Amino acid sequence: MLARTADNLFWLARSMERADYIARTIEATLRLEYLPKTDSEQVGEWEGALNAAGAHESFVEKHGELSEEAAIEYLTFDLANSSSIRNCLENARAAGRAVRTALTAETWTAINDAWLELKRFETKRRVSRSLDREELMRFLDYVKKASLDFDGACYRTMLRNEAYWFNRLGVFVERADNTARLLDVKYHLLLPSTETVGGPLDYFQWVAILRAVSAATAYHWVYRDRVKPWLIADLLILKPAMPRSLISCYESIDTALDALARDDGRSGLAQRQARAMHAKLERSSMTEIFQGGLHEFITEFIEDNARLSTTISDQYLFN
Amino acid sequence: MAAFDEMGMASGETRPLYRQVARWLEETPPELLASRRAQAEYMFRRIGITFGVYGDKDAAERLIPFDIVPRLISQAEWRKLEAGLTQRVRALNLFLTDIYGKRAIFRESIIPPELILRNPYYRPEMIGQRAPHDIWVHIGGIDIVRVDADEFYVLEDNARTPSGVSYMLENREVTMRLLPDLFARHSVAPVDDYPDQLLACLRSVAPRLNGGAATIVILTPGAFNSAYYEHSFLADKLGVELVEGRDLFVEDDQVFMRTTLGPRRVDVIYRRVDDDFLDPLVFNPASVLGVPGLVGAYLAGNVTIANAIGTGIADDKAIYCYMPELIRFYLSEEPLLKNVPTYRCREPTSLKYVMERLDQLVVKEVNGSGGYGMLVGPHASAAQREQFGAKITADPSNYIAQPTLALSTCPASFDGGVAPRHVDLRPFVLSGADGVRIVPGGLTRVALKEGSLVVNSSQGGGTKDTWIVDDPEGSA
Repeated sequence: MLARTADNLFWLARSMERADYIARTIEATLRLEYLPKTDSEQVGEWEGALNAAGAHESFVEKHGELSEEAAIEYLTFDLANSSSIRNCLENARAAGRAVRTALTAETWTAINDAWLELKRFETKRRVSRSLDREELMRFLDYVKKASLDFDGACYRTMLRNEAYWFNRLGVFVERADNTARLLDVKYHLLLPSTETVGGPLDYFQWVAILRAVSAATAYHWVYRDRVKPWLIADLLILKPAMPRSLISCYESIDTALDALARDDGRSGLAQRQARAMHAKLERSSMTEIFQGGLHEFITEFIEDNARLSTTISDQYLFN
Repeated sequence: MAAFDEMGMASGETRPLYRQVARWLEETPPELLASRRAQAEYMFRRIGITFGVYGDKDAAERLIPFDIVPRLISQAEWRKLEAGLTQRVRALNLFLTDIYGKRAIFRESIIPPELILRNPYYRPEMIGQRAPHDIWVHIGGIDIVRVDADEFYVLEDNARTPSGVSYMLENREVTMRLLPDLFARHSVAPVDDYPDQLLACLRSVAPRLNGGAATIVILTPGAFNSAYYEHSFLADKLGVELVEGRDLFVEDDQVFMRTTLGPRRVDVIYRRVDDDFLDPLVFNPASVLGVPGLVGAYLAGNVTIANAIGTGIADDKAIYCYMPELIRFYLSEEPLLKNVPTYRCREPTSLKYVMERLDQLVVKEVNGSGGYGMLVGPHASAAQREQFGAKITADPSNYIAQPTLALSTCPASFDGGVAPRHVDLRPFVLSGADGVRIVPGGLTRVALKEGSLVVNSSQGGGTKDTWIVDDPEGSA
């Protein structure tokens, strides 16, 4: 397979996954708004959302002053934000178009339909200047559905060859990054000590975290208990059954890299790095992680995950 | 000037070949035809969306109209065409070998040497070079028109990167789905082995002996090229990589593509990129579409480029008018297909003749394409003729003129009923080391505007499926 094709497939999947995550983050943040709190707290939530999207620094550079409206605009339609939903979908389609022959008709249609719908929202927005709350919710719903369509089309129609495995790698490297960033922003809420000080506000914060990774229902199925912060951390880091947990992502990354190695008969640094990270997660317990510092653990994970992405690029000659 | 209708609509006497089509048109209620048209449009839009690459708005603009009524050519007619096309492409290949090689043609004063040597499409870089197996035009698109029951004329030779073959294949898919009964009542020669034929053709010219294992790629200018749809379509059907210039590199005069498994040697490049952009070291230095060093690898004999570099000269309209002489010279045969009589404005007597008859002639720019830069005299206003006349006088050698041919018509289906429309035909001729292959059929283009003679899609033309069918009973 052409290295450019593999590169495009990888980033196509990352872009679609990221669009979904940003839509969920906005949704969860909007829900927090309904809780009684001060204006500064309110704005703080959007700072968190921007951080979770890895877009806070560039936002401050561009806008300086933080407001809900500016944050939503920056995360959804802003051309200047490389991770805005609009740019994610635009990049996904450009990548898909460049590798059209490596995609099934269904996969391409999912990407193209998502893009066409985006254009309709953009037109609507131009006409009425901004989207009202109702229209914004519809937009976020559509983004989540587009990502589901894409993922489903890949899973159901693609041959299990390199094209599929590079696609899977993109999905799970991005997903691991997203979950880790969310944890990084909210880690202070998840420390065990907060149980005693946690008021109702904290409770809704915890639920918001679960919602951002569509795990609110899953939590109850897994723990059959009221929402406790350290269990949220456990769910999102160490539970293999939870599809957005770090360990689950690494299980999938491992599988994809092993399949690539099996197909081309070459195993390299990427395989070794991924295996080491997976093994580390398997050995870990939440007690140890809290002892060593949740923040430190997550920061290190984000760095390692980014390093793996670079290793994959190097090993498969994307660069 | 009454045009020849291939079904016999005008005369009221249906040609035997079209008996079934005429009956079908008669028996099918207009609503059903209308629903077939709508279905066809829907199918193309789906294809446009699943293959293509354009957005909603763009797709609507780019969708080339498709007429559901098939165009029929009998096996007997096709055999004549096939022989003529084979002859023509053989002559083109011999001509190219000659003008980049021994130049025997110049000794015979058949064609003025400066017409070749000063032609912008003549590539001095190729002088003294031979193409592998002396095949230059691997894929030729020869535009054919007919004026009556017996005469076919060649309108143009496309020897660079002719496109449209994806429509030939898609049109057939759509008619087979939409008109299965009509299709079953004919014995239609299949076209769907074109990708295999093309692959065999490209393998046959691979430089290394292992033609079977040769790595073939299609080189595209990229996703923003207007024919990208066809490039990706062909790559998909052939099962070969669709590469851009940046995917290839040259080392030790060998071409490699960058794959996830490391560099992989490339043997044959079916390029859909013009000469000018192939190699920035030799041609346009600003080109980012090409591959530095590609020409060097080609000249070293390590990679075959299809079509070869320098074929543009052979589809130049100034050369076209010499084709009958060239066929006689290179093959010692009489041309089987006619050329449209052509007046070269570079010759003073012709120029005078043309200027006096602008209202009767079609005048074309020598290097124009796609229906641009031409004057259809009988359809132009006096002001347009005057304006164009001034351009001709300013630069006569840039123009040729031809009589307006009474292009044949075929029935086409519209909301208002069935009506005759002018058509042409582009068959695709494949030349490999092991001979010439022509898939029976081609792309029929149709001028959908009433009375229009311009079939180019950029000018409101559409396409039809072309059926090569068994000779009707009781015909010679």
